[in-house]
Amino acid sequence: MTSGESVTVAADRKRPRGLAAMLRSQMRNIAPFLTLICLFSFFAVASPSFATLDNFGNILTQISVTGIIAVGLTFVILCAEIDLSVAAIANVTGIAVAYFTLQESYVNIANVPMPGWAAILLALALCALLGLVNAFGLTVIGIPSFIMTLAMMQIAAGVSALLVRGQIAYKVPPLVTTLGSTSIGGIPWIVIVAALMLLGGHLVLTYTRFGRYVYMVGGNREAAEYSGLNVKLILGSVMVISAVCAGIGGMLGVAHFGSAQQNEFDTYLLDSIAAVVVGGTSLFGGRGGIGNTIVGLFVLGVLNNGLDHVNIDSFLKILIRGLILLAALIINVYAQRLRERAAE
Amino acid sequence: MSRGHQPILELHDITKAFGGVEALRGVDFALTAGEIHGLVGENGAGKSTLMKIIAGVHADFSGRFVLDGKETRFRSVRDAHAAGIAMVHQELSVAPDLTVAENVFLGNQPTNRLGLVQWRRMAREAGEQLKRFGIDVDPMSRLGDLPIGLQQLIEIARVLSSGARIIILDEPTSALSPPEVERLFTTLKRLRDEGTSIVFISHFIEDILRVSDTVTVFRNGRKVAETAASETSKPALIEAMIGKGREALEETYTHDIMLPPPTDQPVVLNANGLTLAGRLREVSFEARAGEVLGIYGFMGCGQLELARILFGKIKPDLGTLAVAGNQKAFRSTADARRSGIAFVPESRRDMLFLQEPVYKNVSISILDRISSLLLKPSRERAIANRQVEQLRIRPAAVDLDLGMLSGGNQQKVALAKWLSYPPRLLVLCEPTRGMDVGAKNDVIHIVRDLRAKGLAIIVLSTEPETVLSLADRVIVLKRGAVVREFANEQISKDRLLEAA
Repeated sequence: MTSGESVTVAADRKRPRGLAAMLRSQMRNIAPFLTLICLFSFFAVASPSFATLDNFGNILTQISVTGIIAVGLTFVILCAEIDLSVAAIANVTGIAVAYFTLQESYVNIANVPMPGWAAILLALALCALLGLVNAFGLTVIGIPSFIMTLAMMQIAAGVSALLVRGQIAYKVPPLVTTLGSTSIGGIPWIVIVAALMLLGGHLVLTYTRFGRYVYMVGGNREAAEYSGLNVKLILGSVMVISAVCAGIGGMLGVAHFGSAQQNEFDTYLLDSIAAVVVGGTSLFGGRGGIGNTIVGLFVLGVLNNGLDHVNIDSFLKILIRGLILLAALIINVYAQRLRERAAE
Repeated sequence: MSRGHQPILELHDITKAFGGVEALRGVDFALTAGEIHGLVGENGAGKSTLMKIIAGVHADFSGRFVLDGKETRFRSVRDAHAAGIAMVHQELSVAPDLTVAENVFLGNQPTNRLGLVQWRRMAREAGEQLKRFGIDVDPMSRLGDLPIGLQQLIEIARVLSSGARIIILDEPTSALSPPEVERLFTTLKRLRDEGTSIVFISHFIEDILRVSDTVTVFRNGRKVAETAASETSKPALIEAMIGKGREALEETYTHDIMLPPPTDQPVVLNANGLTLAGRLREVSFEARAGEVLGIYGFMGCGQLELARILFGKIKPDLGTLAVAGNQKAFRSTADARRSGIAFVPESRRDMLFLQEPVYKNVSISILDRISSLLLKPSRERAIANRQVEQLRIRPAAVDLDLGMLSGGNQQKVALAKWLSYPPRLLVLCEPTRGMDVGAKNDVIHIVRDLRAKGLAIIVLSTEPETVLSLADRVIVLKRGAVVREFANEQISKDRLLEAA
C-alpha cells in the first residue's frame, strides 16, 4: 500500500460524512427495516392470502400484547439492563385481575370478588410492587438485572400458581374485557391501546427530561454519574415502568385469550425481547427507541403470521424464528461496533 | 558486598516510540550482579518503559540488549521469566478472590502424581515463605480481604522468592506504611547481598537514597545522570529530574512563584478528618470562594479517592464534609450536584457521551434547571452555542457528535457542562493532562475566569506544573495524608517535589 492511500483512509475516517459512512452509522435503523420489507415481499409472493387488509388486521392484533410489554422493555434495554420477568409479571397480573373478579360457579378458585375498578387497581398495584422489588434488588442491593429478574420470573410464577392452583378463571372486569376483546369501528381496542402506549413511550423517551436521562444512562453510565444524575433512581424507574407495562399487557391479554391460567404468557418473554432487539435498540444501551421497537414488532408479526400462510413444517417454524433472531443479534452487535468506529 | 562486578545486563542505545511519540531516546543502561539500582524521573520520563523492555513486555524497540555478555531479544514476558527476570508492576496484579497461598503459587502450584493440587503443602510453604518476609497471615485467607499494603507486600514477596536474579520493582512502596517499607528494604538488602540485582523505581526520593547503591535519573526519555547513591542528595536529584528549564520549551517552574496572601472570602467547603481504609488518613482542609486550592501528590497518594468523596461517588469511612457551613453526607453524585458541587474526572471518557451531540453533553447536568417535564432543545442549543463561543470550542457545531472533536476540545466540553449555571465548588482532576500548550493555556484562562467570578476551585494533579500554574494555595498529599500546606509563601517545583 502506498502512503497516499493510507492518508486518504485516515482522512475518510476523520470525516465520516459520505453516504457510505452515513449508512454505516445508521445501520441499526436501516437493517431491521430492510428485513421487514424482505419478509413482507417474500410472504406476499409466496401466499395469496398474506397481503390482504384482513390479514394485516390479524397481524396488528397478534402483535398487540407483545407491543404493550415491549414498550417498558425498550426503556430497560435502552439503559443496558434486561428484564426477564416481563412475561411472568404479565401472567400474574392477568391472573390477579381475574382473581379479584366474581367467577362463574363452576370455577373452583377461592377468589376474592371486588368491583371492577378495585380489581384493576389491585392488579396494577401488584405489578408495580413486583417492579419495585426488581428495582430494589438492582439498585439498592446491587444484583445484576439479569439475575434479579430471573428470580422475579420464578416469584411471579409462584404467585400465579398460588392464586389459581391449577384452575382456569374466565371472568375479568368489564373494562378489561372491552379493551381486550372488543372492537370499535372495526379496529380492535387492544390494537388502539398498544398504539397509544407505544406513542406514549415514544413521547416520554423523546421529549421529556426523564427520556433523555434514560438515553444518557444507557450511553455511558459512568459519565451519567459524574454528571450528577441519580442513576439508581433512573434505573429503578425503568424497572417499574417495565413491570407496569407488562401488567397492562397481561390484563388485556387475559381478556383477549378469554382465560387466565398458569404459563399462559411464556412465549411472550422471548417475543418481547426479540421485538426490541430485532428492531435495532442496542443491547449495550443508549441507542434505539420505540420506533425501532415498532419495526421489530412488525418483523416478528409478519414472520409468525407469514409462516402460517405458506406451506411449511410447523416444527421448522421454531427453528426459523431462532435463526432470524440470531441474525438480528449479529446485526445489533455489529452495528454498535460500526458506529463506535465512525465516532472515533 | 559484590559491587563493581561485570554487568549482567547491558542495554545500548535503546529507542522506543509509541505511535510516533518517543518514550525513550538512545538510552544506555547497565545492571551489575548484587546491586540495587534506583530509577527516578517525572511521570512519562521513560523509566517504566525501559523496565518493561527488560521484562519482555515491550518486544518492539531498537537498540542492543545484552544479557550475560550475549545479545538477546525477548519476545514475551515468558522469555524474560525463563531468563530469570521478574517485575512487580505499579498496578497490583493479584487475584483478590483466590487465597493468599494460591496467589503466592500462582501458575506453579505443587501437585501430586495425579495432577491434583496439594493444598496442605501449598499452604504450609506459602506461610513459611511469607514469614521470611515478616508477613504473618493465614495462607488460606482470601487475598482481597487483606489491606492493600499487605496485598502489595505479598505480591512483592511472591516475585522476590521466585528465584529470579533480576527483579524490577515499579513504585513498590506507594501503598505501604512506614514499617512495611522498612521490612521491604531489609529484604531487598538481604537479596542483594545474596547476589540478586534489583531495580527500584520510586517517586519517593528518600526511599531511593536509602536503599539504592546506584541512582539513574531520567528526563524526557533520556538518561541524564547516573551516580552512586552515597554521592548525591535529594535536591541534586530533583534538579536533574526537572532540568533547569533550558531543555524544555514549556514553563518548568524551577524559579520561585509567590503564592498570594490568603483570602478572607467565605469558606465554601470544609473537609474534616476524611478517612478511607487504606487510602486516606484524616484529610482536612477548606476551600474558599474565589480561590484555587491545589492538591498535589504522587500517583496513588489518594487524591483520586479524595476527589470522588467530594462528589459523593465514594462514601468516606470517617470524617465530615460541610458545604457553606451545612453538614452534608452525600448519598449520590446527584446529591453533591444539588449542593452546588461540580466535578471533572481525570479521564474524559468517564464524563462525556462521545456518541451524543455536543449540546446534549453540555446540557446534561443542568437539564433540571432549564426544563421541567419536557425538554427544551432550542434552549439547550442556545446555551451550548454560548459555551462553545466562550470557550472557543472547535468545530463550533453543537449538533456534531462529541466523538468527532479533538481531545482538547472534548476536555473543554467537560468543563462547559458545569459553567452555564456556575457551581459553588468546582473539583478538577488533572485538568490539563495530555493537552497541547494552546489547549493548556485555554484551560488555565477558563479556570482563572471562574475564580474571578467567585467560585471555589479545587485542582488535583500529579503534575507539579498543573498545580503551580493554577493554584493560589497548595496542600500536598503523601500516602493518604496531608503532609504540607503552601500558602502566602514562595513555592517552586523543587519545593513541591521535596514535600511530597
